[in-house]
Amino acid sequence: MSDTRGRIETIPAGNRLELRLSGRWEVGCAAELESALAQLRPPGDQPVLIDLSCLDRLDTTGAWLIHRSIEGLRSPQRSVTLTGARAEHEQLIARVSGLYQPCEIQPPPGNALVRLVTRLGENALTILDIAASFTAFIGLTTISLLRSLLKPRRLRFNAITVHMEAAGINALPIVSLISFLIGIVMVYQGAFQLARFGAQIFVIDLLAFSVLRELGVLLTSIVVAGRSGSAFAAEIGSMKLHEEVDAMRALGMDPVEILVLPRVISLMVVLPLLVFTADIMALLGGAMMCWISLDIAPDLFLQRLRSTVDLPTFWIGVVKAPFFAALIALTGCYEGLQVSGSAESVGRHTTRAVVESIFLVIVADALFSILITILGL
Amino acid sequence: MPGPIIRIRGLCNAFGDQIVHQDLDLDVMEGEVLGVVGGSGTGKSVLLRSIIGLNAPAAGRIEVFGQALAGLQGNARRGLEQRWGVLFQDGALFSALTVAQNIEAPLKEHLSLSRALMDQIAAVKIAMVGLGPEAGSKFPSELSGGMRKRAGLARALAMDPEIVFLDEPTAGLDPIGAAAFDELIGSLQRQMGLTVFMVTHDLDSLTAICDRIAVLAEKRVLAIGTMADMLRQDHPWIREYFHGPRARAAGVWTETPGT
Repeated sequence: MSDTRGRIETIPAGNRLELRLSGRWEVGCAAELESALAQLRPPGDQPVLIDLSCLDRLDTTGAWLIHRSIEGLRSPQRSVTLTGARAEHEQLIARVSGLYQPCEIQPPPGNALVRLVTRLGENALTILDIAASFTAFIGLTTISLLRSLLKPRRLRFNAITVHMEAAGINALPIVSLISFLIGIVMVYQGAFQLARFGAQIFVIDLLAFSVLRELGVLLTSIVVAGRSGSAFAAEIGSMKLHEEVDAMRALGMDPVEILVLPRVISLMVVLPLLVFTADIMALLGGAMMCWISLDIAPDLFLQRLRSTVDLPTFWIGVVKAPFFAALIALTGCYEGLQVSGSAESVGRHTTRAVVESIFLVIVADALFSILITILGL
Repeated sequence: MPGPIIRIRGLCNAFGDQIVHQDLDLDVMEGEVLGVVGGSGTGKSVLLRSIIGLNAPAAGRIEVFGQALAGLQGNARRGLEQRWGVLFQDGALFSALTVAQNIEAPLKEHLSLSRALMDQIAAVKIAMVGLGPEAGSKFPSELSGGMRKRAGLARALAMDPEIVFLDEPTAGLDPIGAAAFDELIGSLQRQMGLTVFMVTHDLDSLTAICDRIAVLAEKRVLAIGTMADMLRQDHPWIREYFHGPRARAAGVWTETPGT
């Protein structure tokens, strides 16, 4: 088989135009053949003769190009004739031209303004929809939790411990490191400001109150939302894609009890512990920075800490953790169960799980602040 | 006389301790439809993946179009890859793209064609595999299993390949759909002069469109030949496969086979 690329030669023959096609007319040469064909502009009503006898190979793309140029050149005044075609080439051209029906490549985009308004409305309704079904999901999980508490044998302790390890123990290094660094940064920034009033010692109050009450629990929750909320959504989402969730339902197993409860319970147990670690690490980081840059020795740091911070300050931070944990785990599981169709959907819902759970955590934190102020703690 | 278009010599594949292929030899002739059968776990799909270079073999030589894929890099390898098309088991369509965009994906990647021509090629391929023009703008998740397979075949044919690899093309289709798909593959093969390498379990497909059948067992190609050759084989697994009740239902043989 010769390796010549497809070519078109124009042979002047009196008052008609003769085109000789040769070489391999296939998809690899289609770009150059298309532009060569586009340049053919025979004058007026000159008849055209297309000679296919020198074709080496013809594939469907080549056949389509020939068919398309015949249609393009043909007019009421001008005749176009094919000659010398081998039987199989003629058949292929006939088949391709017979098959062709124009089709949409993608769904029509529609009017831009209409699209904007539609999207706005759809998104608003979606948010309401999500709020309603998320509330229902919380209720469903609560019922399932109560039922399991009545029959503790139904609680899956294996699954709970596995998730406690994945979401808790494995998160220790990153949570510790982040809070240690936050402790350092707080002391460094705070000391710089307080030094102007000669009140550097109050940096310890600043550190202790902000970390214990707010930052420790908030930062840990955000890290856990990123780590475990996303993992929950992706795990359950891909199980949903592979019909594992449907298989559970079909076997009379309750997906909420099997998939959601262990995750919610384990996160509610480990998040307070993680917050405790984060508090300690942040104080350690702060103490180290006090010692290095402010010359406040660890014993003085401890003394000051003990005189300013009382136990309720610590509890105010830690008591929020189980609530945040429930929000994160519920959001992750909820979004996971919403997955349908394609791999893209897993990604979309995982992203949503993280964004929504961080948002909900911060909203809940604000509500807690109001509550605590009212209670006068 | 057309020669072998795929030549495999001494192929070995192993996953950990488990040896899948040992000294496997196989020739696929130009323009034939070869059906590859074998029990579960005999490495039919691994063989297919080895030929198209998705699976690096532990040892052995695989030549396609007279070139060894393993030794090729960059453009030469891409050039070779453009000469075959693959239909994966469930179509493996890109879920973020519509059917038409799936078909255009390889064209866009390898060639610089005009928008209009690409759309027209996609439309021709969609019609060729028996899908209606409305399927073009649909996403894979909106299609039935049979339509996904047809769309996958259309994508495999996008670059007008010389060889088409099919991994269980009729699995999961109803008998009518499966028969129609066999018919489709057969007619495309005749019209475009394709070589077809087909992993299948479907005795109907084997009788309807395969020129030759290769039986994978005991880590190698145990037997290769026409259906008539298979019926004469004495190996117990081959006897059971081609003389079983399902084979009779598929019309592989009609009278009581000789004992």
